[in-house]
Amino acid sequence: MSAQSLPRPAAAKRSLPKINPVYVLVAALILAIIVMNPAFGEPTGYMNFLKRVTALAILSAGALYVIVSGGFDLSVGSIMTLTVIGSSMLASNDPNSTYWIIPLMLCIGAVIGLINGLVVSYLKVPSLIATLGMMITLNGVAFMWSGGAPRGYLPDTFRFFGRYNITDIPVITLLPVAVICLVVFGTILWWGMHRTNFGRMLHAVGDNQQAARLAGVPVERVRISAFVVSALTAVLAGVILGGRAGVSVDIGSGFELQAITAAVIGGAQLLGGRGSVPATIAGALALEAIFTLLNLLGLAQPVRLVVQGLILIGAVAFATYQRKRAGR
Amino acid sequence: MTDMPLPAKNPRRFRFERHASTILLLAAIALYIALIIIMGQTRFLTLENLVAILSRSITLGITAIGQTFAILVASIDLSVASVISAAAVVTSVVMNGDPAMMLPAVASVLALGAVVGLANGLVITKLEVNPLIATLGMSLIIQGVLSYYYNNFAGNVPVEFQIFAYGTVGIVPFSLIFMFVLAGCAWFVLRFSRFGSDVYSVGGNKDAARLAGIKTDRVVIGAHVICSLCAAIAGIYLASRLRSGAPWIGAEGVYDLESIAVVVIGGTVLAGGRGGIWGTMAGVIIFSLIDSIFNVAGVDAFVKQVLRGIIIVAAVAFYAARSKRPVA
Amino acid sequence: MKKIILAAAVFGMLTGAAFSQAPNFDDPAEFAKQRDQLTATFNGPADQPYLQYAGDSMADTASFKKEGPWTVCFSNAGVNNPWRVVGYTDMTEEVKLHPEIGTFTHVDAEGSDDKQIADIDDLLAGGNCSVLIVSPNSTAALTPAVEKACAAGLPVIVFDRGVTTDCPVTFVHPVGGYGFGIQAAEHIIANVPAGGKVLMLRILPGVDVLETRASGARNMFKEAGLEVLGEEFTDGDNAKTKSIVEDYLQRGTIDAVWMDAGATAVAAVEAFEDQGVDVPVVTGEDQQDYLQKWRDLGFKGIAPTYPTYQWRTAIIAAVNTLKGEQVPSPEWVLPQPAITQDVLDQYINEKMPPLHYAMCGCEDMPNYPQAWGGTE
Repeated sequence: MSAQSLPRPAAAKRSLPKINPVYVLVAALILAIIVMNPAFGEPTGYMNFLKRVTALAILSAGALYVIVSGGFDLSVGSIMTLTVIGSSMLASNDPNSTYWIIPLMLCIGAVIGLINGLVVSYLKVPSLIATLGMMITLNGVAFMWSGGAPRGYLPDTFRFFGRYNITDIPVITLLPVAVICLVVFGTILWWGMHRTNFGRMLHAVGDNQQAARLAGVPVERVRISAFVVSALTAVLAGVILGGRAGVSVDIGSGFELQAITAAVIGGAQLLGGRGSVPATIAGALALEAIFTLLNLLGLAQPVRLVVQGLILIGAVAFATYQRKRAGR
Repeated sequence: MTDMPLPAKNPRRFRFERHASTILLLAAIALYIALIIIMGQTRFLTLENLVAILSRSITLGITAIGQTFAILVASIDLSVASVISAAAVVTSVVMNGDPAMMLPAVASVLALGAVVGLANGLVITKLEVNPLIATLGMSLIIQGVLSYYYNNFAGNVPVEFQIFAYGTVGIVPFSLIFMFVLAGCAWFVLRFSRFGSDVYSVGGNKDAARLAGIKTDRVVIGAHVICSLCAAIAGIYLASRLRSGAPWIGAEGVYDLESIAVVVIGGTVLAGGRGGIWGTMAGVIIFSLIDSIFNVAGVDAFVKQVLRGIIIVAAVAFYAARSKRPVA
Repeated sequence: MKKIILAAAVFGMLTGAAFSQAPNFDDPAEFAKQRDQLTATFNGPADQPYLQYAGDSMADTASFKKEGPWTVCFSNAGVNNPWRVVGYTDMTEEVKLHPEIGTFTHVDAEGSDDKQIADIDDLLAGGNCSVLIVSPNSTAALTPAVEKACAAGLPVIVFDRGVTTDCPVTFVHPVGGYGFGIQAAEHIIANVPAGGKVLMLRILPGVDVLETRASGARNMFKEAGLEVLGEEFTDGDNAKTKSIVEDYLQRGTIDAVWMDAGATAVAAVEAFEDQGVDVPVVTGEDQQDYLQKWRDLGFKGIAPTYPTYQWRTAIIAAVNTLKGEQVPSPEWVLPQPAITQDVLDQYINEKMPPLHYAMCGCEDMPNYPQAWGGTE
């Protein structure tokens, strides 16, 4: 079931069931990696890879909610940073603190998402600017809270989600907890986007706001909810990345654009109306696989930047071309 | 044409929008003066200090003039920071201390700017790639190519050329005069030329503009060429000011996001079609004033960030809140 | 993606002194000089390294003598990494020790050359400074602004990274980048047999002090017959550091990891831990998380330092200048000790935050440790 077919069932009937090119891209990239480095085909190889990509994959799937509704969320990276810094400040080396800190961080995330949504919906500030302002503000808040440098460690109970591997499992030998998180949250986000009324309204709002309003969709509520979902996934991504990497003051910087890139590679249409959670997760995998491959090829950082830029433009240009050929 | 709120059709809103940036500017000035008086720092109320404040943000100002064109045609340019870096490096490498190379250097940098703008415009119009993605991709490509060849300050600018940044007429720097002259030219183009009115039409409603016989693609491309040219000029100025260029100086100044922020604070609408140069200049001066206020009041660097984020959103909300149109 | 660019911005201004404007990062004379300075005897009290200095050349500052209270102005490149946060705290606490300082004006350029030039203009236009301290964001770019301040008759103190003019009263800095690289490389050479495999992890290319750290170490590995597996750039990002080490481990063994800065050292160590591999020699820096990890796991570590106490010294140099006393000049070269296994315990303090840099020379200050984020 391809996501594109949902809002436009009529269009789906006309064309043959076709596969989103991002899946082909991911398969090709992974094949190339295995050819270059056979160790990647072993469980430690591909599990490490999946573990690495989990934070970005969950984040992108959440950011997709805002993209499908027709907006941008640039604040997600700063929410990740705030989550990690805030948790380390509050934990004060108490392993039991994790059980109240994560729910508290989710609440803070929800409030941030709510503010983003309210500012966009009622103050009519374009989401690009509203969430840019939020990004700058939250980075400042994280700095103020910590005094500019991390002030505490994350307890092992907190780092469990991003760092721990369950070992001695038959066939796959080991299973990182992060990968379980990816499957669980990926499924929830897929269900929310593609199997609920909310998901349909999200597509409708992104496709044409006025039409959706006329059709009785509570546009403001839908958009605000999208920002809340995005912020909540950013908190989850922060917990996982913090778990994997430990505390640093700029841990989330740059993730906002990576998330948008992953969604775009997965075929999401900026300014709304189109997007699929599985394809976005595949987009995140593709992005990370590209990095891994370029690394294996021993290409210097500058070359990686150029390749990334070309792929970004190429992916969108290709999607537009395909849509045009399919008669939109 | 119904969707295009031409000023004449709605004189009241037009007046508010026209004056809103002035109101914000006056508020910032009042705040600054009040702060100086409260803190008993009246020594800051001198002409020298006024010039110092106005000269704070010349790089940003020149960039923002170009960004105004991009945003007026309902596009956006995230590649300006990379163009600034590239222009600065090319300037200082081509000159390499030799006054005779000043002209060739400037010419090649302007050519570079024009090519980048042309490429941006073509990708956006012909390949129909979302401008955010197109210019982000372009930014990565430029940054990659640049840092492939250079990874530090490279070349140097002859003393004669440093006059651009450090020379003065009386107490007024050349560069400040240059910025205002450039703004004047931009205003003239937008106000009196055919291209200028086309810019507003295309930004207001592209389909209507096309039906009215405007070659919309050319207008968008033209706006992007102007935008990149301005960024290139900003890079030339920065090379003169820093005496050399390095591949990170554009990103370091966050000129991409800041130039978008000042344009929007100056009342140009992200959706395109409304706004103008003097609003942008007001936005630039507001940013300079905010910096100076922070410096005079000795605001902590982290608090500064928080306040800056809130100010950006609040300033944009100040215009947008009464708008009836949905925003992206 | 943007992270790379951002990281370049942030780390473009990472800790470091630039010794020459031309990007020559393999200067044998400078290498030899710093190697000697590492073991040289410094003038001044041994228990107060922030007062020590190499050489005898002094500047006479009688012409700058001024009655208090003074306004000390400080143009800071930024406080955008933990090293600078610790340093800036050292500085503000040092200011409190001098009642003659009436006002301490701090302007923060947030890592931008353009902004720092404007900041210095603002300070000069305000016309209130008794002395100007500058921590330049980059060497060449800030030189005209510093020259302008000198021309205005202000005594100027530069520290951390330099400028290309000798008009300031002095330039305060520790031994330097080659020294840092030498200390880490010597430790690896002593603990890894010939033919051993070394992974060099660096933050990013192009930053003067980081280049000199790497070039010093690279030459020494070559001489000692060690194989450099690769030089990888981490952008100072923990997650990326971990990924790089994991990838190398997948392809073979690693006998030592050399790091050009310590902030991501613990992530590198964790990569070995998480793969269930014994931690080899991993070098770091003097920040607490690394020191504690080193002690807890008992691997062969070393912590070269780029001491934050130079931020104290900058204030001391300013105060001495305004008192008209002699100041080491044109450079005030501070000692740059490395923390080794023998002295490890005396630098560990579990009450301090993870990225507190232990070589702060601040333990004797009244507000230690609270002001640095520590707990009693």
